[in-house]
Amino acid sequence: MFGDYSIGDLGSIFVMQGFAGLILFSVYVLMALGLAIIFGQMGVINMAHGEFMILGAYVTWLTSSAFQHYLPALFPGYFFLAMVLAFMASGALGMLVEWGLIRHLYKRPLDTLLATWGLSLILQQTYRSVFGAREVGVELPQWMLGSKQITDTIEVPINGIFVMCLTVLITIVVAYVMYKSRWGRQVRAVVQNRIMAGAVGINTEKVDRYTFGLGCGIAGVAGSAFTMIGSTGPTSGQLYIVDTFLVVVFGGAASLIGTIASAFSISQTQSTLEFFMSGSMAKVLTLLAIVGILMLRPQGLFALKVRK
Amino acid sequence: MIINSRFFNRSELIGFVALAALLFVILPLSLDVFRLNLVAKYLTYAFVGIGLVLCWGYGGILSLGQGVFFGLGGYCMAMFLKLEASSPENTKIQSTPGIPDFMDWNQITSLPLFWQPFHSLTLTILAIILVPGLFALIIGTAMFKRRVGGTYFAIITQAVAAILTILIVGQQGYTGGINGMTDLRTLKGWDIRPDHAKVMLYFFEVFLLFGCILLAQFIRLTKLGRILVAMREQEDRVRFSGYSVANFKIFAFCMAAIFAAIGGAMFALNVGFMSPSFVGIVPSIEMVIYTAVGGRMSIFGAVWGSLLVNFAKTGLSESFPQLWLFGLGGLFIAVVLAFPNGLSGIWADHVQPRIDRLMTWRKPKPAKAWTDSSVADGAPAE
Amino acid sequence: MSDEIKRGLQSPLRRKLLMGAAALPAMALLPRLAFGAGPPTAAVNTTGLAVTDTEVTVGILHSATGTMAISETGSIQAEKLAIEQINAMGGVLGRKIKVIQEDGASDWPTFAEKAKKLLVNDKVASIMGCWTSASRKAVLPVMEQYNGMLYYPTFYEGLEQSKNVIYTGQEATQQILAGIDWITKEKNAKSFYFIGSDYIWPRTSNKIARKHIENFLKLKVVGEEYFPLGHTQFNSVINKLKLTKPDVIFTDVVGGSNVAFYKQLKAAGIDLAKQTLLTISVTEDEIDGIGGENIAGAYACMKYFQSLKNENNEKFVAAFKKMWGDKTVIGDVTQAAYLGPWLWKATVEKAGSFDVDKVAAASPGIEFKGAPEGYVRIHENHHLWSKTRVGKAKLDGQFDMVFETADLIQPDPFPKGYQ
Repeated sequence: MFGDYSIGDLGSIFVMQGFAGLILFSVYVLMALGLAIIFGQMGVINMAHGEFMILGAYVTWLTSSAFQHYLPALFPGYFFLAMVLAFMASGALGMLVEWGLIRHLYKRPLDTLLATWGLSLILQQTYRSVFGAREVGVELPQWMLGSKQITDTIEVPINGIFVMCLTVLITIVVAYVMYKSRWGRQVRAVVQNRIMAGAVGINTEKVDRYTFGLGCGIAGVAGSAFTMIGSTGPTSGQLYIVDTFLVVVFGGAASLIGTIASAFSISQTQSTLEFFMSGSMAKVLTLLAIVGILMLRPQGLFALKVRK
Repeated sequence: MIINSRFFNRSELIGFVALAALLFVILPLSLDVFRLNLVAKYLTYAFVGIGLVLCWGYGGILSLGQGVFFGLGGYCMAMFLKLEASSPENTKIQSTPGIPDFMDWNQITSLPLFWQPFHSLTLTILAIILVPGLFALIIGTAMFKRRVGGTYFAIITQAVAAILTILIVGQQGYTGGINGMTDLRTLKGWDIRPDHAKVMLYFFEVFLLFGCILLAQFIRLTKLGRILVAMREQEDRVRFSGYSVANFKIFAFCMAAIFAAIGGAMFALNVGFMSPSFVGIVPSIEMVIYTAVGGRMSIFGAVWGSLLVNFAKTGLSESFPQLWLFGLGGLFIAVVLAFPNGLSGIWADHVQPRIDRLMTWRKPKPAKAWTDSSVADGAPAE
Repeated sequence: MSDEIKRGLQSPLRRKLLMGAAALPAMALLPRLAFGAGPPTAAVNTTGLAVTDTEVTVGILHSATGTMAISETGSIQAEKLAIEQINAMGGVLGRKIKVIQEDGASDWPTFAEKAKKLLVNDKVASIMGCWTSASRKAVLPVMEQYNGMLYYPTFYEGLEQSKNVIYTGQEATQQILAGIDWITKEKNAKSFYFIGSDYIWPRTSNKIARKHIENFLKLKVVGEEYFPLGHTQFNSVINKLKLTKPDVIFTDVVGGSNVAFYKQLKAAGIDLAKQTLLTISVTEDEIDGIGGENIAGAYACMKYFQSLKNENNEKFVAAFKKMWGDKTVIGDVTQAAYLGPWLWKATVEKAGSFDVDKVAAASPGIEFKGAPEGYVRIHENHHLWSKTRVGKAKLDGQFDMVFETADLIQPDPFPKGYQ
């Protein structure tokens, strides 16, 4: 298929294809980070993760509409405020859900899966009643549209670069919070031994609540970022949930590095396969490869070694 | 191998008789054929539910991919029916008569090899049992031999459901794609569409259902059933006692797959139609919910759960469409939070004791499997 | 367009449905028409349909809930509008049309179930309904077994013809071929790239388009790609577009994928003002979700645009907005759904009977001069003769019509040479 093209053309395409893979990688990391925290640190399977993301997307949409109406002058910068609001909205809802639902189910991880699935149905219907079943189009400020010309033949989408930067930033913040801050030490202590952590004076309930809230908040930011590249509708969140879980499981739960590594390998595989074959087959092959590897190495790429 | 001296204890016997009366007498007499056919559709999920009681309730293995097996069984049956409906006389307007219409639309000019066995009803029935059984065996062996369990297993089964859906939709020349296989007409020359056929099929399905109930009850009462429960409680102790935990898990998973496949085949017969919308993640989770509502520890509960949730779904979605999703979501949460043993748990905890008190000839009995209140942790003692 | 997850059409649905439900009886009361002046019931209804001296019952069967509700709402609204207008004019054979609405809930067996209920329990004289191919395929055996009459509004892949169905949308050749001819000539195109969602409608439509391009126009198709429904990552295929540089991108992507595809296309710097793109899956309804700025400049191949300038359409748009609110947009399928009740009325009046057999037999040749898309006529194969039109998307979400065929195009659900 490459016979007709010049070396230069092919080179540019491979560079752009690399970028396409990196954008997909960023998307997967954004989706999976929140889930990895919740699933990895707390063992809770949050099937409503996609709905928390979509909440962030709706918040972004509301913010953009508000800015258009009341503060058109500041419109170019609305996105940053929208992301903060999305984080707070999803995080607050997450803490509420933890308080009302999840904390009763810590001993039954499989049941959290069913309960949060129920929650996701309720949230979907709520979005449908409030925002309408129709997808909403989030209008982006002008500077985020279009692409950046790097050389004559290589151009990269600006929103892709934005998502990548955002991903790097959030990953660094999360890594810092989890591994350097006092609170992160408490979280990890609770994961390793809840009873002992409680005995040394850590308020485990509070740690749980904030961990869940943090995970959901990151989902909200991810949803906000996704309005740039995808659709925002009541059921859009469902599209992401299986992919996201696979990323987390493939990486090995309880390991942030694992999540990132798995997002990287999955996204590169999928984006490369998509280049050489039809999108449907690429997806099937990627999923099959993941399931196949998981069967050989069920603990995922990077497993935390803990005594059971 | 039967440990209990009696196959059913008293309350189980009452449950059995009540269910038989409902399905064999009350519903057929009180409903018109249209509604009866709906009940037949609901009951196909009860097959899945019985399988889930064995593998989830007793074995502790939650599969979120039962739609895969339901679909495989359904597609096997539908392939047979579709071939029969695609006789050269029926399909003479096609460019290649004698093959299913969707193949003709996709420029396939001869019947693919894997369709050939479905000319024979015997091979089809074998396939309905063996294909999902083998598939479950492969997945189960790969997973349980490596001690994958719990949430990982649940997520991987979901991925399998997603893969199969994409494959079926994408390979539409061989599978009918998203439209599925429609317009199924006759079974060995017997028209499955008219009213009297629907009634016959209903009774046939109920017979099969009771067959499966009895089989499940038998498995539950044998040593095998005990080991399943023991495994769910303390997997390592069972392993150290010298049992091969993986093999028992594989067995439970395969049984659940076969039950689901029978349900799927009955679905294709009763509804006259099979499509990928019964294979994916959403229908798979809904099937788990039917079981959870009925009570994951109760074989009869699975049947009741399937019936009641689906009746509610039809009724509510007719009158209050937007309330339905709130209702369903709320039901999930309520069942998980407040009634982990579902309807059968409520019955056993609140209704049964009163009935027992009313019966003067009552004699003291040990608590039944699902009456134990420690079940709240999903871990009842048998 | 037949599709499972095609979102993008519905604004606050419930409120409008409620408003509509409240408005209907009130409006029906106002004119106080003397229903019952028609021919005797025994003469016009020999098969036991739900027809009285003053009333005739028809069914509406669409998804009011589930993923398809977004798409099917417009059809429900258009059908109700048409029925209300017919009642205001005196009904059909002197009888007022009574509607029984059932919800298919985006679930194909439910569609079959409800169709059976409408035919067996309610004995409706006809059904306006279905949207996706999958739902139609599920309902079709029921219609044939119980001898019902279905008016199906969506443009679809063809390969079907039934005594019991009138297809008021276009089949694939009617929708596509003239549009491809026009764009080839206008843009002097030599190469095409197909991108679609992975199911029967895009695959069949692309097959017909490919045969036409390769065998009749002697041009090249340089790529053909399908993505699972709901797919949202299109960067790889966009790179392939950049590599192959096709003259025309031909798309039939649906649902949420649509939104993602056009957003990413725009972000990747493919400017639709310079790159020709022809879509057969985007109507005014979809643009609401995609955003006008992301798709402005693309061409769409349809038979109807809300912006059509003719007297019928202006009246139709005004009446539709009056009934369902100012913000509603009207897409191709919505207009086709509006035709159903009118065609049925004309057919019944020609046949002088509500009997399904007589209606089916009388259907060929039925004309409707008041159609918003202009004159339409039913062909012997129960599809409509209609024009093919190409529109160019504007920033405000409307289309500018840039081309229409001079004559009505003959429907050809089993096109020779395209199989």
